[in-house]
Amino acid sequence: MNDTTVARLAVAVKRYGSLTALDGVDLAVRRGELLAVLGPNGAGKSTSIGLLLGLIRPDAGRAELFGLDPQRIEARRRIGVMLQSANLPATLRVGELLRLTMSYYPNPRGFDETAALAGVADLLLRPYGKLSGGQQRRVQFALAMCGRPELLFLDEPTVGMDIDARQKLWAAMRALVAEGCAVVLTTHYLEEAEALAQRVVVLGQGRVLSEGSVDELRKRVALTRIRCVSDLDAAAVAAWPDVAAASRENGHLRIATARAEAVVRRLLDADPALCELEVQRAGLAEAFTELTRETAAEQEAA
Amino acid sequence: MDTVAVVAASPASTQAMSPRRMLGAYLAEARSECLRYLRAPGFLLPIMLFPGLFYLVFGVLMGKSEGADAARYLLASYSIFGVMSPGLFGFGVSLSLERDGGLLTWKRALPMPPGAYLLGKMLMAMVAATVVVLMLLAMATGLAHVALAPMRVVALLATGMLGVVPFCALGMLVGTLIKGQGAPGMLQLVYLPMSFLSGLWFPLSMLPKSLQQFAPVWPSYHLDRIALIAVGIVHEAVLPHVLVLAGFAAAFFALAVRQLRRVG
Repeated sequence: MNDTTVARLAVAVKRYGSLTALDGVDLAVRRGELLAVLGPNGAGKSTSIGLLLGLIRPDAGRAELFGLDPQRIEARRRIGVMLQSANLPATLRVGELLRLTMSYYPNPRGFDETAALAGVADLLLRPYGKLSGGQQRRVQFALAMCGRPELLFLDEPTVGMDIDARQKLWAAMRALVAEGCAVVLTTHYLEEAEALAQRVVVLGQGRVLSEGSVDELRKRVALTRIRCVSDLDAAAVAAWPDVAAASRENGHLRIATARAEAVVRRLLDADPALCELEVQRAGLAEAFTELTRETAAEQEAA
Repeated sequence: MDTVAVVAASPASTQAMSPRRMLGAYLAEARSECLRYLRAPGFLLPIMLFPGLFYLVFGVLMGKSEGADAARYLLASYSIFGVMSPGLFGFGVSLSLERDGGLLTWKRALPMPPGAYLLGKMLMAMVAATVVVLMLLAMATGLAHVALAPMRVVALLATGMLGVVPFCALGMLVGTLIKGQGAPGMLQLVYLPMSFLSGLWFPLSMLPKSLQQFAPVWPSYHLDRIALIAVGIVHEAVLPHVLVLAGFAAAFFALAVRQLRRVG
């Protein structure tokens, strides 16, 4: 019902010399959704973000923020940004940085509310340069969300954070999305996309390889993994119908199959002594590896 | 997703920035820029130290035999020597480091009002320049017994404060051409020879004739003439020098902006 687009790339092309960083990418961010952009290094993630932020211009195609040119300040007043690397002034205190960034926005979130939500309330009087890497990331997150943005760009936000800090940031991101803020998240941690994203776009070599919900992406890899302790011969199991592969590793029998139910039934029949049975759907990581491997193979074939 | 959240996210009125908030953004930027550099001794110390030390040695100690006129002459010249450095280094080094470190990229992505960034840096350079001139003035009156009428003090302070602007523009240009750690070295290569060739260290008359003729090529020469007029050593029209400096500032600034647009 609220299917409006807040940011968009339309057949965007960006070249750096002879290298084509983006080769006709279509990307739409819808209001209030958390969109994860995944891809190996050099896939075009940063270039896509740069185009949407108006930091670089497309060689062909269009980039739009709220239907406007991203370089228009009216459009940028509605976004918040956390970049991968930004050396903020080391001698300024966290509170000063926060007030400065708030001053850019017409209707910022309250100072204390921002500090609490981003978990930097205890850091406000500390100079930015004296903080640990993880604390600096938290401050950068606070600066990204202090303007009450409708669209938040988070480029690898949890790099350098410990597990506890990461969980807190995830909670803050969920709270923002619940408020109606759209988030564009690039990350190397697939579990992060799996836990947070409503939609996932996978980029590879400057193209969109896949787009859809986390479940849809997972379905692209139909295989399920079965693991158990059994005396059955791996080579014999591999010859069963529906079994894609079977092997023995560290005393465990490992099987990959598209029809787990049928294979498990036959396994239990064949070996009554079978134990430690585990059945697991392929995760996003497998789907991702599969997707990016496919493209690499295509490229080689071409 | 529910509609309530969507309504909460985009009341159209929130995107307009009131003039008061706009002014607040400019002030906040300028305040931060001043604070961060005044807190960084690595930036402020060399700017203060070199003109101060030079003036102490050449103006106060060695100038004793030459009398108060020599000390007054050198007060003007070393003030200009001191004023150039916050412009060149404050602007140039910080710009090139911030381009390198990603701060400028981040600020460009944010809705920072255009110009606030540059204006903030310029204000910071003006503050630093004023501090340098004040320090030299204190040394001149306290140690070298230079007597200056209040109007001349004001004129010299104003010369320093406004005179930093063309050097901000030059620093900005160098900062856009060189990224990162290379900028300080390059700026020294501009700063020191230019000071020397404009007669800021020794009076021009002590330089070879050919170099003397070239002196008007340098912006620092013109600023030095204005400072000498301000302290009453030289009596000539101010306006031509002001116009030349304004021209330099406009040209450097235009080139720097063009470069910044192209490379970011």
